[in-house]
Amino acid sequence: MEVLKAIIQRCKHLAFDLNFSRAKDWKAEAKGRVVVGYMPIYFPREIVHAAGGMAVGIFGGGDRKQVVKGDAYYQSYICHIPRSILELALDKQMDHFDGFVFPSICDVIRNLSGIFKQKKIGKFVKYMDFPQNFLPEIGGAFYQEEMRHVLHLIREINGREATAASLNHAIRLYNHNRRLIETIYDIRQEYPWRLSMEEFYYILRAGTVIPVEEHNAILEQVCERIRKDIGTPQDKVKVVVSGAFCEQPAIGLIRAIEEAGCYVVDDDYMLGSRMITGDIADDTDKPLEAIAHAYLTQSRYSSSIYDVNDPKEYRLAKIVRDRGADGVIFASASFCDPSLLDAPIFQNAFNRMGIRYIAFQYSENINQFKVIKEQVGAFSDSIKLWEDEPAEAIYA
Amino acid sequence: MSKEAQKEQSMILQKEMVEGLFNELAAARETGKKVCYTFVPGNLSELIRTFDMLPVYPEINALQNAMRKKSAAYIKEAERNAHSEDVCTYVKCDVGMMLKGNIGPTGQPLPPPDILLLSYTGCFTFMKWFETLKREYPNARVVMIHTPYQENGEITPAMVEYMVRQLKTEVIPQMEAVSGIRYDEEKLKGILSLSKEAEDWITRIFNTTKHRPSPIDAYFAGVYYIGPINIGFRGTREAVDYYKALYGEIQERIRLGLGPITPEGEMQEEKFRLVVEGPPNWTNFREFWKIFYDMGAVIVASSYTKVGGVYDLGWRHDPSRPLESLAEYCMNCYTNLNIPQRIDLLSKFIRDYEADGYITNSIKSCNSFSAGQLSMMREIEDRLEVPVGFIESDLVDPRYFSYSNIKNRLESYFQMLAQRKIIHATATV
Ligand code: SF4
Ligand code: SF4
Repeated sequence: MEVLKAIIQRCKHLAFDLNFSRAKDWKAEAKGRVVVGYMPIYFPREIVHAAGGMAVGIFGGGDRKQVVKGDAYYQSYICHIPRSILELALDKQMDHFDGFVFPSICDVIRNLSGIFKQKKIGKFVKYMDFPQNFLPEIGGAFYQEEMRHVLHLIREINGREATAASLNHAIRLYNHNRRLIETIYDIRQEYPWRLSMEEFYYILRAGTVIPVEEHNAILEQVCERIRKDIGTPQDKVKVVVSGAFCEQPAIGLIRAIEEAGCYVVDDDYMLGSRMITGDIADDTDKPLEAIAHAYLTQSRYSSSIYDVNDPKEYRLAKIVRDRGADGVIFASASFCDPSLLDAPIFQNAFNRMGIRYIAFQYSENINQFKVIKEQVGAFSDSIKLWEDEPAEAIYA
Repeated sequence: MSKEAQKEQSMILQKEMVEGLFNELAAARETGKKVCYTFVPGNLSELIRTFDMLPVYPEINALQNAMRKKSAAYIKEAERNAHSEDVCTYVKCDVGMMLKGNIGPTGQPLPPPDILLLSYTGCFTFMKWFETLKREYPNARVVMIHTPYQENGEITPAMVEYMVRQLKTEVIPQMEAVSGIRYDEEKLKGILSLSKEAEDWITRIFNTTKHRPSPIDAYFAGVYYIGPINIGFRGTREAVDYYKALYGEIQERIRLGLGPITPEGEMQEEKFRLVVEGPPNWTNFREFWKIFYDMGAVIVASSYTKVGGVYDLGWRHDPSRPLESLAEYCMNCYTNLNIPQRIDLLSKFIRDYEADGYITNSIKSCNSFSAGQLSMMREIEDRLEVPVGFIESDLVDPRYFSYSNIKNRLESYFQMLAQRKIIHATATV
C-alpha cells in the first residue's frame, strides 16, 4: 500500500508539473535529445522516440494556472484550453520544448497552431492532419507522409534518422505501455475500489510527460499492487465517462464523480494514450506503415474521426456493455464543439437503446462542483433504484 | 438603358437562377434528378454538375431562413432535441428545419439527399453536421473527401495527390453509382472552363473597390455577389452571364462616380473604407448594414466573400488538370488557410484597397473563423498601424445580436476613425 501511495504521489506531482521538469532534465541528460509537445487527442509518440526525442503531452493549465494573457487571445465563447496553453507558452514554461505538434482535432486547436506559428513559438510548429480517409493506400499513405514530415522537422534539429529498428523498438515500448494501461482498466472493471479514478488519472497523465520506459516501470508496479485484494468495496454504480478527451476537468471534478456514488470503469480523459487498441506490428521493415495501419483499423472512436462506417454510438454502447457499466456520464468542456456536436447523436441513440446517461459541462479552471456532484448523486441513486432490471432489457 | 434597369439586370438574373434551382429541387422526385447535399467551402459544384445532380447547401438554407426570420424557431427545435446552445447555429437551424418537415426557405419542400457529399474543407463542424444528417437520412450515400489544411501555408504535391486519389477511388465511383451516369472528363473540363471565366469576372468585380468612391460594398452586397459562384452555378454559362452583367453595371457606376447601392438607395458620401473579417449576422442583416452605410462606411474587402474560394491571388480552376484543380480549389478556400496566411491576405486587402480601418465581426458559434481572430487583429494593427474594431454577433441565432451594443461600439470606432482622419489631414497640410 505504501509503495502504491508513493507512486501515486509521484505521478500526481509529475502530471501537474506545468514546468515539465522531467522532460527538461531528460533533455539535459544527453546531447541530441529533443522535446516535442503535442496537444490532445492522439499523436504517434513512437516516431519521436525513434528519432531520439520525447513526446510530451500538453493538456492545458487546468485550475493550476491563472490565465491572464491568454484571455486576450480568445473570446469568451471559446473553450478554455487554448488560452491556458498559450499562457504556458508566453510564460516560458515550455521554453525547453523544441517543437509543437497540433493534431487535427478541432478548429480551435488548428487555429492555435497558427498562433504558435505567428508568434514563432518553438523551432517548429506542425499541424498534423490525420486522414479522414481510411483506405490504407490513400489515407494511410497520407498519414505516413505526415509522420515523415514530423521526422524531418526533428532531424533538422538533431540530425537523427529514425530507422526501422528504432521505430520498431519504440513501437514495442508503447505497445507494452498500452497493454499495461488496459490491464489496469480491466482490473478496475472488476475491482474499481483498488485504485480510484483520481489516482489512476494521475498515473495515466504522468505517462504523457515522462519517458515511456519510466512510465512502463510505474505501470508494472501499479499492476502488481492492484492485482492484490486491497481496498474496500463500496456501494457505487459503474459508469463510463465520455466527451472529456481534450480540455481536462479539474481533478476535483474527477474525484467528485466517484464521491457522488459512481465508479468510473472507462473514460476518455487520456484518450490519446489508449487510442490504438491492441498492438501495432513491431517487426516489419515498414514501421510507419504499421503505425498508419493501426490508426486506420484499430482506433477507438473519437469525436475527431469521421465515423461513417462505424457509428460511434454503438461503439460507446459496446464499451458500456463490455465494462458492465450501469450508465454513461457525458462530460464536455464548455464550448467544445466536437464533444457537444456529438451529444445529440449519443443521447438520441441511448434513449432508443435504453442506456441511462446524464450530461454536463465543465471548464478546466472551475473547481466548484456542487451542482454536478448533486446531479451525479441523483443519477447513481436512480440507477440503484433500477438495479433489478436485467441488463439485456436495458441494452435491448 | 437607365441606371435602374442596369441595376436590375444582374439581380433579375440571380433571382431567376436561384428560383430555378429551388423549383428543380421541389420537382426532383418527379423528374428523377438526384439530389446532393454539400457545403459551400470546398464545394465540388463542377463534379455535381457533371453527374447532372442538384445541389443543396444546408448553410445557405440556414442563412436564408435567418433572413426570413425563421431561424429562431428552428434553433429552438434543435435545442429541444439535445443540441447544445453553444455550437454552430447553422447546424441547429438546419436540423430544426428538417425536424419541422424540411420546408426550404422559399416555402417549397426540399427533397431528401440521395448523396451527402462532404468536401470537408476548413471546418470540423461540417464533419459533425454530416454525421448528424447521416443518421437522419439513412438511405443517403455518404461520401467524405478529406481536404488537408494548408498548415504550412502551401499546397504540396502530396496533398494534391491525396485528394485526387480520394476523388478517383471514392467520390467519382459513388457519384456514378448514385446518378447512374458515367464520369465524363470532357464534360467536366467544359464546365471547368466556365468556372474559370466566372472566377475571372468575380475577381474583376471585387477589384473595383479600388476606385473612390467604391462602386460596391464588398461585404454586405458582396454576399449577394458570391451567391451564384458558391451555390452550384459555378461552371455554368448563366453564372458567367450574371457576372458579366454585374461587372457592366458596376463599370457604369464607376463612370458616373457613384457609391454602392444600399437597401435605402445610393450611399452618398464615402467617409470610411473598411476591411471586414468574419461572416455577417443574418438575422438582422439590414439593420447591421444600415449602421455602416448611415455612417458613410463602405466595406472594400472582406474575408467572408472568400469562403467559397480565394481567387485574389491568381488561382483559377484549370480544365487541363481537372481533378488536381478540384483538389487545389478545396484546399484554397479561406477557412482552409492558416492564420499567418489569413493575416497576409487581409493585410494585402487593406493595402490594395486603401482601407482606413479593419473590423472583426466575431461570430459566437463559428470557431473556424473566430478562434484566432483576436491575435490576427493585433498583428494587423501592429503591422499596418491601421485602427481596428471588434464586434460580436452570431450567424442565425437572433438571441446573440445586440443592436445597441454593436451600434455603440461601431459609433465609437467611427468617431475614432474620423478624428484620425482630421489629425492626418492636419499633419499633411
Ligand atoms: S476542448 Fe474541444 S473545442 Fe476546445 S480545443 Fe479541445 S477539442 Fe477543441
Ligand atoms: S462553424 Fe463556421 S465555418 Fe463551420 S459550418 Fe459553422 S459557420 Fe460554417
